[in-house]
Amino acid sequence: MSLNGWLQIALFIAAVLLLAKPMGTYMMRVFDRRGTWLDPLLLPCERLLYRVCGIHPEEEMAWTAYVVSMLVFSAASLLLTYLVQRLQHVLPLNPQHLAAVPADLAFNTAVSFTTNTNWQSYVPETTMSYLTQMLALVPHNFWSAAVGLALAIAFIRGIARREMSTLGNFWVDLTRGTLWVLLPISAVFALVLVSQGVVQNLKPYDTVKLVEAQKVTGADGKTTTVTTQTIAQGPVASQEAIKMLGTNGGGFFNANSAHPFENPTPLTNFLQMLSIFLIPAGLTVTLGQMVGSPRHGWAVLAAMVVLWFAGTFTSFWAESQVNPQLTHVDQHVSATQAGGNMEGKEVRFGIANSALFATVTTDASCGAVNAMHDSFTPLGGLVPLTNILLGEIVFGGVGSGMYGMLVFVIVAVFIAGLMVGRTPEYLGKKIEAYDVQMAMLYMLIFPLIILALAAVAVRLPAGLAGLANHGPHGLSEILYAYTSATGNNGSAFAGLSANTHWYNFSLGVAMFVGRFMMIVPMMAIAGNLAAKKITPASAGTFPVTTPLFTVLLTGVIVIVGALTFFPVLSLGPVLEHLLLRAGQLF
Amino acid sequence: MSTQKRSLFDPAIVRRASVDALRKLHPRLMMKNPVMFVVEIGSVLTAVLLVLNTATHTGHFRFDLQITLWLWFTVLFANFAEAMAEGRGKAQADALRLAKSETTAYRVGKDDEVEELPSSHLRVGDVVRVTAGQMVPGDGEVINGVASVDESAITGESAPVIREAGGDRSAVTGGTRVLSDVILVRITSNPGETFLDRMIALVEGAERQKTPNEIALNILLAGLTIIFLLAVVTLQPFAQYSGAPQTAFVLISLLVCLIPTTIGGLLSAIGIAGMDRLVQHNVLATSGRAVEAAGDVNTLLLDKTGTITIGNRQATEFLPAPGVTALQLADAAQLSSLPDETPEGRSIVVLAKEQYNLRGRELAQLNAEFVPFSATTRMSGIEVDGRSIRKGAVDAIARYLEEHGSSMHNDVRSAVETVARSGGTPLVVAENGRALGVIHLKDVVKGGMKERFEQLRAMGIRTVMITGDNPLTAAAIAREAGVDDFLAEAKPKDKMDLIKREQAEGKLVAMTGDGTNDAPALAQADVGVAMNSGTQAAKEAGNMVDLDSNPTKLIEIVAIGKQLLMTRGALTTFSIANDVAKYFAIIPAMFAGVFPVLNALNIMHLHNSESAVLSAIIFNALIIIGLIPLALRGVSYRPLSAAALLQRNLLVYGVGGMIVPFIGIKLIDMLITAIHLA
Repeated sequence: MSLNGWLQIALFIAAVLLLAKPMGTYMMRVFDRRGTWLDPLLLPCERLLYRVCGIHPEEEMAWTAYVVSMLVFSAASLLLTYLVQRLQHVLPLNPQHLAAVPADLAFNTAVSFTTNTNWQSYVPETTMSYLTQMLALVPHNFWSAAVGLALAIAFIRGIARREMSTLGNFWVDLTRGTLWVLLPISAVFALVLVSQGVVQNLKPYDTVKLVEAQKVTGADGKTTTVTTQTIAQGPVASQEAIKMLGTNGGGFFNANSAHPFENPTPLTNFLQMLSIFLIPAGLTVTLGQMVGSPRHGWAVLAAMVVLWFAGTFTSFWAESQVNPQLTHVDQHVSATQAGGNMEGKEVRFGIANSALFATVTTDASCGAVNAMHDSFTPLGGLVPLTNILLGEIVFGGVGSGMYGMLVFVIVAVFIAGLMVGRTPEYLGKKIEAYDVQMAMLYMLIFPLIILALAAVAVRLPAGLAGLANHGPHGLSEILYAYTSATGNNGSAFAGLSANTHWYNFSLGVAMFVGRFMMIVPMMAIAGNLAAKKITPASAGTFPVTTPLFTVLLTGVIVIVGALTFFPVLSLGPVLEHLLLRAGQLF
Repeated sequence: MSTQKRSLFDPAIVRRASVDALRKLHPRLMMKNPVMFVVEIGSVLTAVLLVLNTATHTGHFRFDLQITLWLWFTVLFANFAEAMAEGRGKAQADALRLAKSETTAYRVGKDDEVEELPSSHLRVGDVVRVTAGQMVPGDGEVINGVASVDESAITGESAPVIREAGGDRSAVTGGTRVLSDVILVRITSNPGETFLDRMIALVEGAERQKTPNEIALNILLAGLTIIFLLAVVTLQPFAQYSGAPQTAFVLISLLVCLIPTTIGGLLSAIGIAGMDRLVQHNVLATSGRAVEAAGDVNTLLLDKTGTITIGNRQATEFLPAPGVTALQLADAAQLSSLPDETPEGRSIVVLAKEQYNLRGRELAQLNAEFVPFSATTRMSGIEVDGRSIRKGAVDAIARYLEEHGSSMHNDVRSAVETVARSGGTPLVVAENGRALGVIHLKDVVKGGMKERFEQLRAMGIRTVMITGDNPLTAAAIAREAGVDDFLAEAKPKDKMDLIKREQAEGKLVAMTGDGTNDAPALAQADVGVAMNSGTQAAKEAGNMVDLDSNPTKLIEIVAIGKQLLMTRGALTTFSIANDVAKYFAIIPAMFAGVFPVLNALNIMHLHNSESAVLSAIIFNALIIIGLIPLALRGVSYRPLSAAALLQRNLLVYGVGGMIVPFIGIKLIDMLITAIHLA
């Protein structure tokens, strides 16, 4: 691990922490409908939208109405995405004349983008037309993020409100999140990306002559000589900005943020990572401010930073290790080489920024990648997998990270709250049977989907068919696919060919259940909390603002969240790591 | 009821509990406890498999048998814990039943004719006569007469108590004995519904219902059980994929080790023991919910008299008027108080004796005439040897002086005010139309109260003193006692309003009361402790009854409630923290056979796969037995702030819960390896 690498990591987290407060305060003002400096520009747009759509912004919704509105909106946008993909061959802006997307893949993709997963079973540049990208996929990047944001705000309101039956208006939260938060930042960010070399055009793909002709052996055993290369183009920058900011992660190109047109420079790489954490980190401050306990927000943020650091450290350390199989090769850091495991990593990012990117993208439910997680060392690959298995609550996805973390907070408060000699209480609200029931349902669905589907897949010929590697690495690949889908992350341990009927369908189900089935119990808690009284704080109140609380929360996340997966992880990455050291590769 | 401390493992209780532990294996009973029910199903499965394996000569009989046995032990140990807790209650119930023997009742008819009948035939509304030496045949209210009653059968307190018609000491309990005089009692409960019956049912745990927090905790434990069930069930396909399939014995062992059996097995014992501790303190709670609420209390309403102060005011000082010596004042005060049998009057006599060596004189020898206190004059006094002495409140004496054409000296008035401002009660003494001075009657705060209120404050509990005194006096006593707030000149309605106000702010309120006019407030409060000496209405309105009728006990009740909740939390944390070590014991044991590299995870260096699994399952079973004393006694409790309590308990039960099983499993592994069990 180089000092230079650590300095870049330190710079990154410092920037995240510095931006948390202004971002969080801004979001609090947006959702509490207090004034912001963008109001003169955006208020007329907002009013116009409400008038056109027939929305009464003052109308408050109970949790059930909020969830139903959200589901209706998601279903409508899912259908739109499906239709655009199926009809892209007859629609304009298809310079490459790409065919209609097959039904199972279109379903998988529609679910994927609606659920903020952005898992891609396809190669975008050879599958999706410009229109599909711009009309079906980009809006989802905004919508799914805005939905997550709205839900998190509704949950925070549930904690903050007392003896109320409503959580706000879904349509208002959705609109304000999009207009005030996602759109302005994305617009500025896209321009910055263009300045760094990210492309933004509607041109047909370029064909260039190769400097050196390549001999390629095809599947049929014939060898052909390739002299040209097709270079895909497209409106990339506009999609790239919201891809990161909205923790979506679906790349315009198959290579995602490793592609030089998506992520050309170390600066864009830094900004992309920063934009992943920008909103999730800010939301902890929003939480603190809206519930009237800023220090609680910081305590939650601190738990996130601790877990983030543990992941970053492990990943950076593991990737910096020399490969024990490559004897007599100098693998150490020097002025001329990055050192460590550079397989599947971009030279312009190196070890530190690849390890950090992998940690950040899986801490949050982003799923964009700038290096191939499949090529990480076993322990390096364990980090992204574990991050998602924890429920993506380390910063987490836009909104979803916040509410996922808050469910953990409720469980932590319930388990340890009794130890202060009171029935458990979170910020003055009693945590009772119903809350625990819903929290456990939330915590149960996640491992249920991952473990059950992965267990079926490893016993099913269709599940094993697409597997490029066997042994523990193959297990990791299958586990990673279901984990990424259920956690709505979207990153992949490549090596698994997921564009099959079985995977398109089962991963689609995993994404759908992992998003919506978990939202329902979460919102039920929010609705129930909103109706409760608030007991004023005293010396006898369970402390949720102290470093001790941060330690407790971290401990519960690790023990309750990760131990469920310890057995299967020990057969996957852990076993692979031990076998690698013993000289066996997969 | 006997209140002597029973040793934790009384042989008689242990014997009965061992039998009950077997009886509780019935699935219908086990189903109430989802965690242990899963263990029971696992035990049945392994037992069946063991038989099948033996028939087909497959499996490792010695290992499989041991696993099966220890799984059954795990279930039995949990049942034993519950039975132990119940057994302690049952022993108490047996003692109570002795008091419930059939007695003869003397029912008084409309025309005062008396009819003999067995007490079990009494109905609500019947009036019975109870004479000295007889047993009170049922719960009721004294409607005529006054008697001393021995209530030791219920309270364990041997000193007799006075029960009289009217007022707040009218309730009598069936099974107690009248020692003197005759009373008429109106029966207020039917046989089988009496206080004694309810008490027996309560301590036996027959009517035990899960409390709200216990239900919530059970849901958490059931949820965790399902999650771990999922982890173990899906592990087999992953193991098969990896070429290392597992036997059912190992998988069930892993499951039982991971699910929270420690807290699952002890949860109901903790609840029963909490109620039991309350009974040991001679407090009966009508529901477990009330005990939980006691732990949550934010505000304590404490009656000044009897709770904060010792109940009676005492004379502490004589303040003579100008031109009068202290000796003259003391003499007059003592004379006027000689026939006064109130505690205040006696304290004046004593003070005069102590300070001025004035011996108490015999009334009979003095040939004096006593002027008793009356509601109209609001004075008392004495006529002796031409001296006309009166003592009373300042306005009463002022009126008396006016009638005699004189007035009160300004210095006396200012002395009165000084006494009042300091929280005392001034009594003015006048002789032959002239004010002699002021007696300072002081409310004496009970020893140690200030410290206890400080402890309560540290725990975040606010204390409010309720008193009928004027605000000035109340403020002074509040200051001296160290309570946080006071309600002066309190009428029952004020008390009620205060409770509602606190509750509207989201706070939980606890109070004590004994009078009928306290009943609405007792019912409104989250924890209402009625005094056993109080009226039937009060006892029915509250959710707890203190058999000792000691209002200060409210503080102990809060402590018991907190201790109950803390014990639950501590053992839950301990149970979950245990899982870390068990993983490190079992996972390498499962797969190291096929993948020897996984022995790197065997950080405890357990002897072999079988010994590792066995050690984990044995530890898991034994820890339940090991923690029974803690579950029954409760975790050690200190009045600290929530932050300090959390830090302490998290360290002991959280960090301790992670470390202890590493040591325990290693020791068991060494032992069973040494004796060749694995």
